[in-house]
Order: sequence, then C-alpha cells, then structure tokens
Amino acid sequence: MPELTANGIAIDDTFAEAFDMRATAIIITAPTERWAVQAAETMTGFATSVIGCGCEGGVESARSPDETPDGRPGVRVLLFAVSTAELQKQLQNRVGQCVLTSPGSACYAGLDSGDDKLKLGDAIRFFGDGWQIAKRLGDRRYWRVPVMDGEFVCESTTYLTKKAVGGGNLIVMGDSPAKTLHATEAAVEAMRKVAEVIMPFPGGIARSGSKVGSKYKGASASTNDSYCPTLKGAVDSALSPEIGSVLEIVIDGLTSEAVANAMRAGLAAIVGAGNYGGKLGRHHYHLKDLLP
Amino acid sequence: MSALTFSLRAPPDQRLDLSPLTPQNLAGKAVAEIERIELQTTRVRITAGDVFRIRDGAPAAIVIEGGSARFDRVAMGLAAGSIRVDGEVGAQAGRLMSGGQLTIHGHAGPFAGSGMKGGTLDIGGDADERLGGPLSGETVGMSGGILHVRGDAGERVGDRLRRGFILVEGRAGAYAGSRMIAGTLAVGGEAGDLPGYLMGRGTILLGQGAALLSPTFGDCGEYELVATRLLANHIAQTSAKLADLFRRPLRRLAGDLAALGKGEILLPRT
Repeated sequence: MPELTANGIAIDDTFAEAFDMRATAIIITAPTERWAVQAAETMTGFATSVIGCGCEGGVESARSPDETPDGRPGVRVLLFAVSTAELQKQLQNRVGQCVLTSPGSACYAGLDSGDDKLKLGDAIRFFGDGWQIAKRLGDRRYWRVPVMDGEFVCESTTYLTKKAVGGGNLIVMGDSPAKTLHATEAAVEAMRKVAEVIMPFPGGIARSGSKVGSKYKGASASTNDSYCPTLKGAVDSALSPEIGSVLEIVIDGLTSEAVANAMRAGLAAIVGAGNYGGKLGRHHYHLKDLLP
Repeated sequence: MSALTFSLRAPPDQRLDLSPLTPQNLAGKAVAEIERIELQTTRVRITAGDVFRIRDGAPAAIVIEGGSARFDRVAMGLAAGSIRVDGEVGAQAGRLMSGGQLTIHGHAGPFAGSGMKGGTLDIGGDADERLGGPLSGETVGMSGGILHVRGDAGERVGDRLRRGFILVEGRAGAYAGSRMIAGTLAVGGEAGDLPGYLMGRGTILLGQGAALLSPTFGDCGEYELVATRLLANHIAQTSAKLADLFRRPLRRLAGDLAALGKGEILLPRT
C-alpha cells in the first residue's frame, strides 16, 4: 500500500468507507450537568454498534443553560439506526428506561427539521397513567408526566434525518498498545470537538474491528484477522512487522460532511484508515484528501 | 405604503358591526367601495363612509382612529395582517380570529377574543366578561393564540378555554377559567370567587390568589417545575410580569375535583 507521511506519521493512501443511516437527536437537561451527562451516558452506553445494540449513539456536545429550552444544563445525544422503525423503537426504549428514570431529567427534540418525525414524549406519555398533561407552546408540544421527584417534561416529537452516515473510521496502528492508545485518545479528543458526529464505541475507541463474514454459519461479522498483530505471521496480514497494536475509531455523523470533518480532525494525530474492500458502503473518505 | 385608516367622524347612533373591516375582506377594494360597506345593526342603514373618514393605504395594516363601546365584532375572523384601534371597542372584538394581530388601545366589551383560534389580541385597557369564551350554544371557547389584557378582566375569563394563552396583567372577576377544557390562563392580580370552577384540564396561575378558592381543589404542595419555566420563556416577550410569576416556586392545587380534576391552579410564592 502506498504511504504518505505527515510529521513522521505514516498515512496509508487508502480510504474509509461508510454507509447511509437514519439518525435523530435529542437534548437532555437536568438540574446539574452531572445528571444530564448521567442520563445521556446511561442511554447510550449499550449503543456501540447496530449489529448487536440495535442502534449507535453517543453524546455529541454539552449545552450550556442558555442553549437549552428550559435554561438548565444539558447535552445533545445522537442516535443512529438502519431503519426508521428501528430508530423509533430504540429511541422510545432508551428514553423510557434511561432518561425518564434519571433524577430531574427533561428531554427535548435535538433536530428542528428533518425528513420525518419520531415520537418522543408521544411514546413515553402513557407512563403517566392518565395524569400526563400536554402543553402546546407555539408550534411545539410538551408532555408533563408526574414522577416521584416531580414531573418528567418531554417534547412530543423529534425529527429524523435520512442523510446520516454511519461507520466512517480511522485505524490507528502503533508498535505498542500504550502508544497506540495514547495516539487514538488524542484523535478522539480532537474529534469530539466536531459538531454533528459521535464515536459510539467505549471512549470513542474500538479494539475489535471486524470483517464482513465468518467461517461460522450465522455470524455476519468476525474478527478482522488481517489487522490482528498476533496473527501477523499466520494470515495474509495487512500489518507491517513493526505494528504491535491496532485501534479503530468509528464515526457516525448527521451528514457526510460532518464525518469528513471529524476524520480530518482525527488525522491531526494519525495513522491509517481501514476499509473493507468496498463491501460496506458508498461513502469513501480518502485520507490523502483529509490531511491537514 | 401607509396603513388603511378609518377616522371616526362622530360617536355612532347605534351599535355597529365592524366585522367586514378586516384585511382579507378589504384587499383589492377601492376607498369608494369600502365607504359603501354597511355596518348597521338596526334597520337604519349606516355605511363605513358615514362613520369614518377613510384614508387609503395597505389593507394588510388597518388603523381605526377613535373608538366606541358600540364598535362590535372588530376584527372578527381576522386571519392575517394587523388591525389597531386607538380607542375602546364593544362586544366580541377579535372573535374567531385565526391569525394576525389585533391591538386595542382602550377597553374591550364582553366576549373579546371569543373562540379565537390563533394570532395575537392585545387589549390595552380592561376586558369585560367572558374574555375568550364561547357564545351561547357553542361548546368550546378560545382554542389558540395569545390574548393579552393589560388591565383587568371581568367574570368568567377563559370560559371553556381549550388551547392558547390568556394573560391578564390585572385582576379577574369571579369564575376565572370556568369550565376550562385545557390551555393556560394567567392573572397577575387577585381573582374573584371560585376560579377554575368545573375546569377539566389546563393551567390557571393566580398572581395574588383569589377572593374565595373552591374546596374542590386539592393542595399538592409547592414546586419549581420545568414545565412552568417553558411557559415563562414562551410568554416572556408578551408579559415579563407574568413570566416572572411562572418562574417562582408555585403551590399546585389540583382540580376541579368536582369535574375531571386534571387541571391545576398555581399560586406563586409571594
């Protein structure tokens, strides 16, 4: 594979590929930032990959009190899924189990326009068992659901976009796990500052990159053996001899441009991007085009 | 282009029906045509030209210079544009309006904003009884928009209110928010007897309580609610005073428990 270098870091002249997804956004507020973050992280904890979690999600950004509808600290959460029906199901279950239950929380639409609407409070309001109250303020409608610490306020709907992109990635390779993790952490930190993207894996980083298919029936994906350093001598490895550790940053964005922006930001620290031979998606991000 | 202006020549000899004088009705009409519009409510014919000196202008903005308690149905059915009255008006001002802005620099008679569905009605003075309420035989009162009274309101303000905001800066008469279906009524001063009488749902804020509260409202305690912050933000542009009341700790009385009982009276901490 041809290589480029930037500041002594080798960049493979390759591309990351990603696919179309449906996405939505919500804003969660709470009496303190700590509890807004808590609700959001609980909601998006088991949301690393659509393969096993039904959706991918994460905290996109923090919102100061003057940026939220109710003047309390908040966060914006993005949620991605492969279909509108699945996105609706995941949103409803996750808000119902993780945000409704979180002390002092309230929940609002995080997209003001889009291709379609998703039920937010309209799906949660039944928890009120008839004591829920709707308030229409201008063109927005809110549900007030009585709960044990007061009321859970939840906007009735939010929007979804069909222009979202999932699975953009950067693959970071280093000669040791510690160095590789350090570089990848730096990349994630830079990428978190980019709007309209999330990195859904733990701390933004995945260490178990997968390939499409498996020798076992019923498994749609399996370990990406050509990127496993411990198999370097046993398989047709993609890794050069000095590579001892590989980590992946997966990026989901509300737009293709947002994904490119995040990769550009991450590339300030990197590295090489993985592709899956063109089998996964139509969006290709050529690293040479994204170099700082 | 300046506003289409109606200047009152002399106080009218009979009650007038001003409902034809709306932007949607006057669009494309010449002054001569407008002058021929009949406004009488008795058998004595009286036209717009008899009552007003009319200065041509854009009908999207109508100004009525001079008011009268005999000006009934001002801006009835207003859908877009604006009407300003420099003076008082009679009954049913802004009735059934669905959009636009009606501004009255004076008092308004009974049934102002009756059954309004949208838009903004701003009354600079006091409003008489049944503000926003339905006429006899109708089942629903105001169902949308913002109705703002800078003075006091009479009895049964917000009767059968279904949606939208009624904001009264001053006091309200007896039975404020009677038979409310939903929606929001805020009264800055004291309300008369039995606010929320037989209300099913909806929110009534009483800045200085009421002369007599019904025993069919149950005290639920005092809270600082997220929902009332949203209400406060929504009305802050219209009434900073009432918005401030919504931001205070609020005692919540649930009722009317003699009816559906899913409404609330909110009493700000003083």
